[in-house]
Amino acid sequence: MLEVKNLSMRFGGLLAVDQVSLDVKEREIVSIIGPNGAGKTTVFNCMSGFYKPTGGKILFEGQEVQGKPDYKISRLGMVRTFQHVRLFGQMTVVENLLVAQHRHLNTNLLAGLIGTPNYRERERKSLDRAAYWLDRVGLLELANREAGNLAYGQQRRLEIARCMVTEPKMLMLDEPAAGLNPAETKDLNQLIVSLKEDYDVSVVLIEHDMSLVMDISDRINVINQGRPLASGTPEEIRQNDDVIKAYLGEA
Amino acid sequence: MAALNFKHALFCAFITLLISYPILGFNLEAKGINVTIVGADTTTILGVLLAAVVVFLFQLFRDQIMGRVGDLRSLTAGKPKEPMAENRRAKIESWVLTGIVVLALFWPFFMSRGAVDLATLVLIYIMLALGLNVVVGLAGLLDLGYVAFYAVGAYTFALLSQYLGVSFWVALPIGALLAAAFGLVLGFPVLRLRGDYLAIVTLGFGEIIRILLNNWTTLTGGPNGIGGIPDPTLFGMEFGRRVKEEGNTSFHETFGIAYSGEHKVIFLYLIALVLAVFTALVIRRFMRMPVGRAWEALREDEIAARSLGLSRTAVKLSAFTIGAFFAGFAGTVFASKQGFISPESFVFLESAIILAIVVLGGMGSQIGVVLAAIAVTILPELAREFSEYRMLIFGAAMVLMMVWRPQGLMPMRRIHIELKKQE
Amino acid sequence: MQDLLYFSQQLINGLTIGSTYALIAIGYTMVYGIIGMINFAHGEIYMIGAYTALIAITGLASLGVVWLPLILIVALVCAMIVSSSMGWAVERVAYRPVRGRHRLIPLISAIGMSIFLQNYVHLAQGSRNIGFPALIDGGFTFGSDGAFQMSLSYMQITIFITTLICMTALSLFIARSRTGRACRAVSQDLGMANLLGIDTNRIISATFVIGAALAAVAGLLLGMYYGSVDPLFGFIAGLKAFTAAVLGGIGSIPGAMLGGLILGVSESMTSGYLSGEYKDVVSFGLLILILLFKPTGLLGKPEVEKI
Repeated sequence: MLEVKNLSMRFGGLLAVDQVSLDVKEREIVSIIGPNGAGKTTVFNCMSGFYKPTGGKILFEGQEVQGKPDYKISRLGMVRTFQHVRLFGQMTVVENLLVAQHRHLNTNLLAGLIGTPNYRERERKSLDRAAYWLDRVGLLELANREAGNLAYGQQRRLEIARCMVTEPKMLMLDEPAAGLNPAETKDLNQLIVSLKEDYDVSVVLIEHDMSLVMDISDRINVINQGRPLASGTPEEIRQNDDVIKAYLGEA
Repeated sequence: MAALNFKHALFCAFITLLISYPILGFNLEAKGINVTIVGADTTTILGVLLAAVVVFLFQLFRDQIMGRVGDLRSLTAGKPKEPMAENRRAKIESWVLTGIVVLALFWPFFMSRGAVDLATLVLIYIMLALGLNVVVGLAGLLDLGYVAFYAVGAYTFALLSQYLGVSFWVALPIGALLAAAFGLVLGFPVLRLRGDYLAIVTLGFGEIIRILLNNWTTLTGGPNGIGGIPDPTLFGMEFGRRVKEEGNTSFHETFGIAYSGEHKVIFLYLIALVLAVFTALVIRRFMRMPVGRAWEALREDEIAARSLGLSRTAVKLSAFTIGAFFAGFAGTVFASKQGFISPESFVFLESAIILAIVVLGGMGSQIGVVLAAIAVTILPELAREFSEYRMLIFGAAMVLMMVWRPQGLMPMRRIHIELKKQE
Repeated sequence: MQDLLYFSQQLINGLTIGSTYALIAIGYTMVYGIIGMINFAHGEIYMIGAYTALIAITGLASLGVVWLPLILIVALVCAMIVSSSMGWAVERVAYRPVRGRHRLIPLISAIGMSIFLQNYVHLAQGSRNIGFPALIDGGFTFGSDGAFQMSLSYMQITIFITTLICMTALSLFIARSRTGRACRAVSQDLGMANLLGIDTNRIISATFVIGAALAAVAGLLLGMYYGSVDPLFGFIAGLKAFTAAVLGGIGSIPGAMLGGLILGVSESMTSGYLSGEYKDVVSFGLLILILLFKPTGLLGKPEVEKI
């Protein structure tokens, strides 16, 4: 489904990502791990179109997407979250989800101004979809609160829900468990697995929480100092000497 | 600490003297080709000294004073008013607004001609400010060349009537659409710029358009402007004493009433009122539509909005174009009201005044903008001696608003979309 | 030959104006480099410098002072002191309280300040333009009688030399002095400089003061060169100088110099070969093109968007 081939990203003299390759099949959870500053988020930024990679190819469903503008990549069905949660803080929880569904709404201004039945039907549907996903992540009670006032764990879940209402094919989560307590991490674990099982979404995950990574990943890629170090199933990674030396040992 | 405070206070007082005494205390007077210098009168000098003393005392007792102010604030904040239920507030608000509109419909019949004329100007400013509010308040794009679109609307009507004899009612949509087209064309390349660069570029565009109007003498008449712009008609009835256009009748003859210059003024006022209400309603509607939410989302977090598939350019362009559209509207009405336009009406200062209205009213808030437009236009007229200080006070007010209440006098109450409980 | 002389004349005029733009542009570029805001009121500070210089010159003349160097130095010092105080006060009153808020808030505050200062001078000194005595006259002329003569006035030479001195002094100051080093540190990373014990408030004030002082120098020079001042004198010049700063790469001091010269020359070429009316169109057009296609300017460093 997604193939990243020899991706490189250079900032001036700094080679932040060097020849990283990655592939994700349908309904698969793939993790990218590595020490801080290894270039994981840079890989994400290239994949989601925020950076234009200086080398390599990114194929999504056979289509080259490297260097495409971010919003077009998102419309293809690759949607991401951010390491530091990025919500529309002054908008309510449900409005955050409505913004994300702009594509499902009629963008014709006139239809909206007059309020055609078609337009109203779509508005209602997007509210229903928002309500469904709020229920799914346990935020339905808080639907009319300002998003900025939610607790941190709730904001994380809202961000995932906001991605899901766009009906993505692939979800990219950047450290979703950061700042969560063990109970919340467990909920997150179940949520991610269910996204794969119940909604046929592939997940690419950057995460430091090893128990979460080992638990849910189908495959793991290890990056160190911008270079690929190892890849394989959680079992293989656990026994890989290089990884233990460079990463697990250090921690 | 006290000694440090004293030194600082003394320094501030000294600076106050330095920045005010040379400029205020010595007046340059041109006598023929010679320039002479005249000392200012004693009141000015005393004023300068007084200002220095005030600054000194304020800086000396700054901590105490600021502490007091803080106490006062916490006192008032300690007794919060019961927040009104969302739907009840909305109901009251719409009743009040309807009341104001009904009142505005009838009052010109009891007022003097000058007052009605001024009220028309206020309505034009309201349209402009509501339009700019979409760009600045809702979409968060600082447009310092907004007056260019106003000029496009005004000049469209003036030129169409001069060369093609087009009437107000035909020119109104054309002017607005042309202004919107300008917004689209100018906005397209510049909207990917970061906020403050965008502000400067729009300022540059505004100035370029004004310079072109000033210098393209063959078409626009240059600094002399264009005159003889016709008044609007009512179903082919003209409001002049004599009918100018063939096939038209005159208003007072049709209804068999005596001719009065006031009819025309009131008619124009009513047109402006209808258009202003229309502007407010359309923008209000936009705010609740997906496009309105997209504006807000992009303003709050551009990166997150892009990651969800919102095209930055398309969203910003829609705000820019819609804002320009209403400026074109206002421009057409303005040209018709004045009967004469020249580039002088479309200088940067005009953009700054409209921006001041939006800022004072509270970016994003419609009622606030309407009240601010009324205050900014009418106050200088009420106190003539005050009008000299108008721009000085505007400038100071803009700074103070940013420092004390950047959300404006009447901060925007967002129109929330509620998720109803599903049982 | 004729054409060459005409061209050289435009070049000289352009370089003259351009170097004063560069002096004003320093104020924009240093402030932007350190706190990332456009000091919209900087043009007004320059205008106030010109007014102060004129007041000092007129005052000295009425006292009967005729020795030219004394007049110039007193006028320069007065203008620099008043403008710097103004720069300091403006930062203190209008910018420091809003520092760190959303980018548009300091900008609106600066626009308010610009309008305020314009009208402050307008109310105090009237709105009409006032003649500025040409204290330095005469110059060299080239070319034969009856044909086009190129002139290089002593005033133009003074402007070049003064600009050169100011720029060299500023570069040395930034490179060598303690404050200069602190300035560079603050512009790299304000938060970190603060942690390292640099009094960032003091450094920010210092940049406003330095920028204002240089603008005052430009005010005196351009006042004498143009021969008159009025309260709107600063607005367009400020925009031009801002264009120069952006053109050269905002935040870069050599860039401001380069940008100023390029802008000055392109303006004088426009008025020389096209029409004086369109010179503002050319400079605004240049600004727009630069911002669109190379927003980092000629000598600026690229920025990476942080996510």
